[in-house]
Amino acid sequence: MVESSSSGLEALRRGDEATFVDLIQRYHGPMLRLAMAYVRDHHVAEDVVQEAWLTAIKSLDRFEGRSSLKTWISGIVINLARARRRKESRLLTFTALLRRGDPDRREPTVDPSRFTAAGDWRAIPHQWENIPESTLLGRETMQKVQAAIEKLPPKHREVIVLRDVAELDAGPVSELLGISAENQRVRLHRARASVRKALEDYLG
Amino acid sequence: MKCREVVELMTDYLEGALTSHDRERFEQHIAGCDGCRAYLRQLRLTLRAMRSFEDAPIPERVQEELVQAFRNWRQTSS
Repeated sequence: MVESSSSGLEALRRGDEATFVDLIQRYHGPMLRLAMAYVRDHHVAEDVVQEAWLTAIKSLDRFEGRSSLKTWISGIVINLARARRRKESRLLTFTALLRRGDPDRREPTVDPSRFTAAGDWRAIPHQWENIPESTLLGRETMQKVQAAIEKLPPKHREVIVLRDVAELDAGPVSELLGISAENQRVRLHRARASVRKALEDYLG
Repeated sequence: MKCREVVELMTDYLEGALTSHDRERFEQHIAGCDGCRAYLRQLRLTLRAMRSFEDAPIPERVQEELVQAFRNWRQTSS
Protein backbone atom coordinates (compact mmCIF):
# COMPACT_ATOMS: atom_id res chain seq x y z
CA MET A 1 0.00 0.00 0.00
CA VAL A 2 1.23 3.41 -0.92
CA GLU A 3 -1.51 5.39 0.80
CA SER A 4 -0.16 6.73 4.03
CA SER A 5 3.34 5.43 4.25
CA SER A 6 6.50 7.32 3.65
CA SER A 7 7.84 4.05 2.27
CA GLY A 8 5.62 4.65 -0.76
CA LEU A 9 7.26 7.99 -1.27
CA GLU A 10 10.70 6.51 -0.80
CA ALA A 11 9.95 3.80 -3.33
CA LEU A 12 8.83 6.44 -5.80
CA ARG A 13 11.96 8.47 -5.30
CA ARG A 14 14.02 5.34 -5.85
CA GLY A 15 12.21 5.08 -9.14
CA ASP A 16 10.21 1.98 -8.29
CA GLU A 17 7.95 1.52 -11.27
CA ALA A 18 5.50 -0.91 -9.64
CA THR A 19 4.78 1.62 -6.91
CA PHE A 20 4.18 4.30 -9.49
CA VAL A 21 1.82 2.12 -11.53
CA ASP A 22 -0.05 1.12 -8.39
CA LEU A 23 -0.45 4.77 -7.49
CA ILE A 24 -1.75 5.99 -10.83
CA GLN A 25 -4.13 3.05 -11.13
CA ARG A 26 -5.53 3.49 -7.66
CA TYR A 27 -5.98 7.23 -7.81
CA HIS A 28 -6.99 7.63 -11.42
CA GLY A 29 -10.72 7.30 -10.69
CA PRO A 30 -10.90 9.60 -7.65
CA MET A 31 -8.68 12.20 -9.34
CA LEU A 32 -10.78 12.11 -12.48
CA ARG A 33 -13.88 12.73 -10.41
CA LEU A 34 -12.11 15.52 -8.62
CA ALA A 35 -11.13 17.17 -11.90
CA MET A 36 -14.71 16.82 -13.08
CA ALA A 37 -15.85 18.83 -10.08
CA TYR A 38 -14.28 21.78 -11.91
CA VAL A 39 -14.38 21.01 -15.61
CA ARG A 40 -17.42 19.33 -17.09
CA ASP A 41 -15.83 17.82 -20.14
CA HIS A 42 -14.58 14.30 -19.55
CA HIS A 43 -11.68 14.63 -21.97
CA VAL A 44 -10.53 17.89 -20.45
CA ALA A 45 -10.68 16.23 -17.03
CA GLU A 46 -8.57 13.32 -18.33
CA ASP A 47 -6.02 15.83 -19.62
CA VAL A 48 -5.93 17.59 -16.29
CA VAL A 49 -5.27 14.35 -14.40
CA GLN A 50 -2.56 13.31 -16.80
CA GLU A 51 -0.91 16.71 -16.57
CA ALA A 52 -1.14 16.50 -12.78
CA TRP A 53 0.80 13.23 -12.75
CA LEU A 54 3.43 14.70 -15.04
CA THR A 55 3.72 17.68 -12.73
CA ALA A 56 3.96 15.34 -9.75
CA ILE A 57 6.78 13.36 -11.35
CA LYS A 58 8.72 16.54 -11.99
CA SER A 59 8.23 17.73 -8.41
CA LEU A 60 8.90 14.40 -6.69
CA ASP A 61 12.33 15.53 -5.56
CA ARG A 62 10.87 18.63 -3.97
CA PHE A 63 7.87 16.99 -2.32
CA GLU A 64 8.61 16.93 1.39
CA GLY A 65 6.01 14.40 2.41
CA ARG A 66 4.30 16.68 4.89
CA SER A 67 0.95 15.65 3.49
CA SER A 68 -0.02 12.25 2.13
CA LEU A 69 0.68 11.49 -1.51
CA LYS A 70 -3.05 11.50 -2.12
CA THR A 71 -3.51 14.97 -0.65
CA TRP A 72 -0.51 16.21 -2.59
CA ILE A 73 -1.71 14.92 -5.94
CA SER A 74 -5.22 16.20 -5.17
CA GLY A 75 -3.79 19.68 -4.68
CA ILE A 76 -2.07 19.54 -8.05
CA VAL A 77 -5.27 18.35 -9.74
CA ILE A 78 -7.27 21.16 -8.10
CA ASN A 79 -4.84 23.85 -9.23
CA LEU A 80 -4.68 22.64 -12.79
CA ALA A 81 -8.44 22.07 -13.02
CA ARG A 82 -9.20 25.53 -11.66
CA ALA A 83 -6.86 27.10 -14.17
CA ARG A 84 -8.58 25.20 -16.98
CA ARG A 85 -11.99 26.27 -15.78
CA ARG A 86 -11.00 29.92 -15.57
CA LYS A 87 -9.65 29.79 -19.08
CA GLU A 88 -12.72 28.16 -20.48
CA SER A 89 -15.57 29.85 -18.74
CA ARG A 90 -14.87 33.43 -17.83
CA LEU A 91 -18.31 34.65 -18.84
CA LEU A 92 -20.06 31.76 -17.23
CA THR A 93 -18.26 32.28 -13.94
CA PHE A 94 -19.44 35.85 -13.72
CA THR A 95 -23.11 35.03 -14.11
CA ALA A 96 -22.71 32.07 -11.79
CA LEU A 97 -21.29 34.44 -9.20
CA LEU A 98 -24.32 36.66 -9.41
CA ARG A 99 -26.65 33.74 -9.04
CA ARG A 100 -24.86 32.13 -6.17
CA GLY A 101 -25.52 32.80 -2.52
CA ASP A 102 -22.98 32.63 0.27
CA PRO A 103 -21.70 29.04 0.26
CA ASP A 104 -20.67 29.24 3.89
CA ARG A 105 -23.93 30.33 5.40
CA ARG A 106 -25.74 27.89 7.59
CA GLU A 107 -29.27 27.72 6.30
CA PRO A 108 -32.00 25.09 6.46
CA THR A 109 -31.04 22.10 4.34
CA VAL A 110 -34.39 20.37 4.78
CA ASP A 111 -37.56 21.83 3.35
CA PRO A 112 -39.14 23.75 6.29
CA SER A 113 -42.57 22.48 5.29
CA ARG A 114 -41.52 19.03 6.45
CA PHE A 115 -41.68 20.23 10.04
CA THR A 116 -44.55 21.39 12.20
CA ALA A 117 -44.50 24.90 13.62
CA ALA A 118 -43.00 23.35 16.75
CA GLY A 119 -40.16 21.86 14.70
CA ASP A 120 -41.13 18.17 14.68
CA TRP A 121 -41.40 16.00 11.57
CA ARG A 122 -44.84 16.14 9.96
CA ALA A 123 -44.20 12.80 8.29
CA ILE A 124 -41.05 10.93 9.10
CA PRO A 125 -38.52 10.12 6.37
CA HIS A 126 -38.44 6.64 4.93
CA GLN A 127 -36.00 4.21 6.49
CA TRP A 128 -34.98 2.78 3.12
CA GLU A 129 -34.74 -0.54 4.96
CA ASN A 130 -36.51 -2.53 2.28
CA ILE A 131 -34.39 -1.25 -0.54
CA PRO A 132 -32.10 -4.00 -1.77
CA GLU A 133 -28.39 -3.37 -2.02
CA SER A 134 -28.55 -3.87 -5.77
CA THR A 135 -30.93 -0.91 -6.06
CA LEU A 136 -29.18 1.28 -3.55
CA LEU A 137 -25.83 0.90 -5.24
CA GLY A 138 -27.24 0.15 -8.67
CA ARG A 139 -26.43 2.02 -11.83
CA GLU A 140 -29.52 4.16 -11.87
CA THR A 141 -29.10 5.29 -8.26
CA MET A 142 -25.47 6.13 -8.89
CA GLN A 143 -26.48 8.22 -11.88
CA LYS A 144 -28.85 10.18 -9.66
CA VAL A 145 -26.08 10.72 -7.15
CA GLN A 146 -23.72 11.83 -9.90
CA ALA A 147 -26.28 14.24 -11.33
CA ALA A 148 -26.99 15.69 -7.89
CA ILE A 149 -23.28 16.33 -7.31
CA GLU A 150 -22.96 18.00 -10.71
CA LYS A 151 -25.81 20.35 -9.90
CA LEU A 152 -24.22 21.64 -6.71
CA PRO A 153 -22.67 25.10 -6.48
CA PRO A 154 -18.95 24.70 -7.27
CA LYS A 155 -17.81 25.46 -3.72
CA HIS A 156 -20.05 22.76 -2.31
CA ARG A 157 -19.19 20.37 -5.09
CA GLU A 158 -15.44 20.48 -4.55
CA VAL A 159 -15.81 19.76 -0.85
CA ILE A 160 -18.13 16.80 -1.25
CA VAL A 161 -16.03 15.27 -4.03
CA LEU A 162 -12.87 15.60 -1.98
CA ARG A 163 -14.45 14.29 1.21
CA ASP A 164 -17.00 11.73 0.15
CA VAL A 165 -15.89 10.58 -3.28
CA ALA A 166 -12.10 10.86 -3.10
CA GLU A 167 -12.32 10.16 0.65
CA LEU A 168 -9.78 12.64 1.91
CA ASP A 169 -9.83 13.65 5.58
CA ALA A 170 -11.28 16.93 6.80
CA GLY A 171 -7.96 18.50 7.77
CA PRO A 172 -6.21 18.14 4.40
CA VAL A 173 -9.35 19.29 2.57
CA SER A 174 -9.64 22.52 4.59
CA GLU A 175 -5.99 23.10 3.92
CA LEU A 176 -6.18 22.34 0.20
CA LEU A 177 -9.10 24.72 -0.24
CA GLY A 178 -7.80 27.34 2.14
CA ILE A 179 -10.97 27.42 4.25
CA SER A 180 -11.63 27.02 7.95
CA ALA A 181 -12.63 23.68 9.41
CA GLU A 182 -16.04 25.11 10.15
CA ASN A 183 -16.68 26.41 6.66
CA GLN A 184 -15.57 23.08 5.30
CA ARG A 185 -18.21 21.39 7.45
CA VAL A 186 -20.93 23.85 6.49
CA ARG A 187 -20.26 23.30 2.79
CA LEU A 188 -20.08 19.55 3.28
CA HIS A 189 -23.34 19.55 5.21
CA ARG A 190 -25.20 21.52 2.59
CA ALA A 191 -23.77 19.39 -0.20
CA ARG A 192 -24.64 16.11 1.52
CA ALA A 193 -28.13 17.33 2.28
CA SER A 194 -28.70 18.11 -1.41
CA VAL A 195 -27.48 14.71 -2.53
CA ARG A 196 -29.60 12.99 0.13
CA LYS A 197 -32.61 14.95 -1.09
CA ALA A 198 -32.00 13.80 -4.65
CA LEU A 199 -31.83 10.21 -3.47
CA GLU A 200 -35.00 10.63 -1.46
CA ASP A 201 -36.77 12.03 -4.51
CA TYR A 202 -35.72 8.92 -6.37
CA LEU A 203 -35.99 6.17 -3.74
CA GLY A 204 -38.96 7.57 -1.87
CA MET B 1 -33.66 19.91 20.68
CA LYS B 2 -36.19 19.94 17.89
CA CYS B 3 -36.03 17.74 14.79
CA ARG B 4 -35.65 20.87 12.67
CA GLU B 5 -32.43 21.67 14.55
CA VAL B 6 -31.21 18.11 14.85
CA VAL B 7 -31.09 17.58 11.06
CA GLU B 8 -28.77 20.57 10.76
CA LEU B 9 -26.33 19.07 13.25
CA MET B 10 -25.99 15.74 11.47
CA THR B 11 -22.73 16.54 9.68
CA ASP B 12 -21.18 18.07 12.79
CA TYR B 13 -22.22 14.90 14.58
CA LEU B 14 -20.78 12.56 11.96
CA GLU B 15 -17.59 14.63 11.87
CA GLY B 16 -17.20 14.50 15.63
CA ALA B 17 -17.41 18.28 15.80
CA LEU B 18 -20.12 18.64 18.43
CA THR B 19 -19.24 19.61 21.97
CA SER B 20 -19.73 16.71 24.36
CA HIS B 21 -22.79 18.48 25.74
CA ASP B 22 -24.40 18.88 22.30
CA ARG B 23 -23.40 15.39 21.35
CA GLU B 24 -25.19 14.01 24.34
CA ARG B 25 -28.34 15.99 23.61
CA PHE B 26 -28.15 14.94 19.97
CA GLU B 27 -27.85 11.27 20.84
CA GLN B 28 -30.65 11.50 23.35
CA HIS B 29 -32.91 13.01 20.73
CA ILE B 30 -31.96 10.43 18.10
CA ALA B 31 -32.61 7.57 20.51
CA GLY B 32 -36.20 8.67 20.93
CA CYS B 33 -37.01 9.99 17.46
CA ASP B 34 -37.84 7.67 14.57
CA GLY B 35 -37.83 10.52 12.06
CA CYS B 36 -34.36 11.81 12.86
CA ARG B 37 -33.01 8.27 13.10
CA ALA B 38 -34.37 7.59 9.63
CA TYR B 39 -32.86 10.82 8.34
CA LEU B 40 -29.46 9.95 9.78
CA ARG B 41 -29.70 6.52 8.19
CA GLN B 42 -30.50 8.12 4.84
CA LEU B 43 -27.46 10.35 5.16
CA ARG B 44 -25.25 7.39 5.97
CA LEU B 45 -26.56 5.47 2.98
CA THR B 46 -25.98 8.53 0.81
CA LEU B 47 -22.35 8.58 1.94
CA ARG B 48 -22.04 4.90 1.19
CA ALA B 49 -23.36 5.43 -2.31
CA MET B 50 -20.87 8.23 -2.97
CA ARG B 51 -18.01 6.08 -1.75
CA SER B 52 -18.88 3.25 -4.05
CA PHE B 53 -18.70 4.95 -7.41
CA GLU B 54 -17.11 2.55 -9.79
CA ASP B 55 -13.95 4.00 -11.14
CA ALA B 56 -13.09 3.95 -14.77
CA PRO B 57 -9.70 2.28 -15.18
CA ILE B 58 -6.84 4.44 -16.34
CA PRO B 59 -6.65 4.28 -20.15
CA GLU B 60 -3.76 2.11 -21.29
CA ARG B 61 -2.31 4.83 -23.48
CA VAL B 62 -2.24 7.28 -20.58
CA GLN B 63 -0.64 4.75 -18.28
CA GLU B 64 2.07 4.02 -20.84
CA GLU B 65 2.83 7.70 -21.31
CA LEU B 66 3.02 8.31 -17.59
CA VAL B 67 5.24 5.30 -16.97
CA GLN B 68 7.51 6.51 -19.75
CA ALA B 69 7.68 9.96 -18.14
CA PHE B 70 8.46 8.30 -14.81
CA ARG B 71 11.31 6.33 -16.41
CA ASN B 72 12.70 9.48 -18.00
CA TRP B 73 12.60 11.25 -14.69
CA ARG B 74 14.41 8.35 -13.00
CA GLN B 75 17.12 8.39 -15.65
CA THR B 76 17.76 12.10 -15.46
CA SER B 77 17.58 12.31 -11.69
CA SER B 78 19.92 9.44 -10.90
